[in-house]
Amino acid sequence: MLKFLQMGGYAVYLWPAYALTAAVVALNVAWARRSLRGAQAEARRRLAMLKVAS
Amino acid sequence: MAWVWFHRFGSPPHFYRLARRLTPWFAWPAALLCAAGLVGGLVLAPADYQQGDGFRIIYVHAPAAWLSLMVYVVMASSAAVGLIWRMTVAHAVAASCAPIGASFTALALATGMLWGRPMWGTYWEWDPRLTSELLLLFLYLGYMGLRNSVDDIGRADRASAVLAIVGVVNVPIIHYSVIWWNSLHQAPTVMKFGQPTMPASMLVPLLLMLAGFTACFVALLLTRARGEVLRRERNARWVGDALGQT
Amino acid sequence: MSARRAGLAAAVTALMLRDLRLALRRPGDTLQPLGFFLVVTTLFPLALDPELSVLRDIAPAALWVGALLSSLLALDLLFREDAQDGTLEQLALCGLPFTGLLLAKTVVHWLLTGLPLVLIAPLAAIALGAPYGAMPGVLAALLLGTVALSLIGAVGAGLTMSLHRNGSLLALLVLPLAAPVLIFGARATALAIALEPLAAPLYLLAAMAVLAATLAPWAVAAAVRIGLE
Repeated sequence: MLKFLQMGGYAVYLWPAYALTAAVVALNVAWARRSLRGAQAEARRRLAMLKVAS
Repeated sequence: MAWVWFHRFGSPPHFYRLARRLTPWFAWPAALLCAAGLVGGLVLAPADYQQGDGFRIIYVHAPAAWLSLMVYVVMASSAAVGLIWRMTVAHAVAASCAPIGASFTALALATGMLWGRPMWGTYWEWDPRLTSELLLLFLYLGYMGLRNSVDDIGRADRASAVLAIVGVVNVPIIHYSVIWWNSLHQAPTVMKFGQPTMPASMLVPLLLMLAGFTACFVALLLTRARGEVLRRERNARWVGDALGQT
Repeated sequence: MSARRAGLAAAVTALMLRDLRLALRRPGDTLQPLGFFLVVTTLFPLALDPELSVLRDIAPAALWVGALLSSLLALDLLFREDAQDGTLEQLALCGLPFTGLLLAKTVVHWLLTGLPLVLIAPLAAIALGAPYGAMPGVLAALLLGTVALSLIGAVGAGLTMSLHRNGSLLALLVLPLAAPVLIFGARATALAIALEPLAAPLYLLAAMAVLAATLAPWAVAAAVRIGLE
């Protein structure tokens, strides 16, 4: 197990690289969902305003 | 027959509903493929005889670099389709690609630097691959900067489409110029392996990761594109029905 | 000549003469980028070492970075004023090939900004330690390079002409696209200064200039049309 974590001495480069990758993927997922939710909320607000106006 | 399909896909309400249904079909396979690739790459593949365990960074660096380039091509192609056929969905797809592509380009640069440090001794060596990635990042940032500067979303779509098309024509030119420039100075080129060809135990996890990242991109794209379509279809009637459904 | 082609030739000539006349009324617009070029190339010796042998090594870089930055400064002027006062709209609506008219404007712009830079560059090159024998090569490389830069830059100018005066966005858009020109141009200049044959990078530079001349006008017309909406 320890050998696996040490990765032949390259651990200090390898694991941060993998951690960064996981972070970028997670950020993208969160960001994409936020973007979609924001657009949906905006659209709902606009529709509500149209209803009020009509 | 194919044209009917094309037009259906291009119609914003159809796209919105279809994208919603398709997303899990890309998201879950992406997770599975990446999990399998990680197990194969980190555990099962043998260490490289020249680079030891350090070469395993390729399992995140290569997919990130692949994505950075592929996403730009998708962005430019859909921007071109949007510009020529005036398709809102195509412009929405192009707009969605940019933040995804830019972040993976940055990731490719970061993982490339982390790979370079043990191999070359420094984090940055102006080698052709990383320099090309850096210029690609600037192209993405320029695209996003232009989009943000234009207020009207339709004009932003069209202007950035022109930029993306010019950029995609330039990408091979930039790539080969940088390779040529680098060859003059015999700087260490990146990521050479001990073996001339990769054995299957090393290659298969790499292919799995590439496929997984690609599927992940499609899932992300579909999610973002739905929002972008909503932003462009301001007062259409279908929006109310679709939102009631979500 | 058919009536239509005579019409286009006359229009292009009139347009170019008009642009030249307007530019000559404001010599600052032409001279300031030149001044900027000289200042930038002066900065390098100040930052390094007045020793000519050292400067000779960085001379290609200094000349080309200076040329790039000074072209960027000048590019903003290409379309902005004509977009604001409605001239570009008239050109778009007049029925003549818009691409050709914009190309004519770009040519005039190069004559006013690129060409003077090429002519003044030997001064800067010699100040940076280049031998006299290097001048033909330096001139040729910068000639081709500035042509390519004007054409590529015109695309960026067209995209940003209706936005707030934002030099950094224009730079961000144009510089990555101009990187190949910089690579081959600086290489050609370095070979010239070392008094070695520079045909290879010079041919590639020429190829880029030709490619830019062929493809850029379409992108420029598309960009300007979008900006005029």
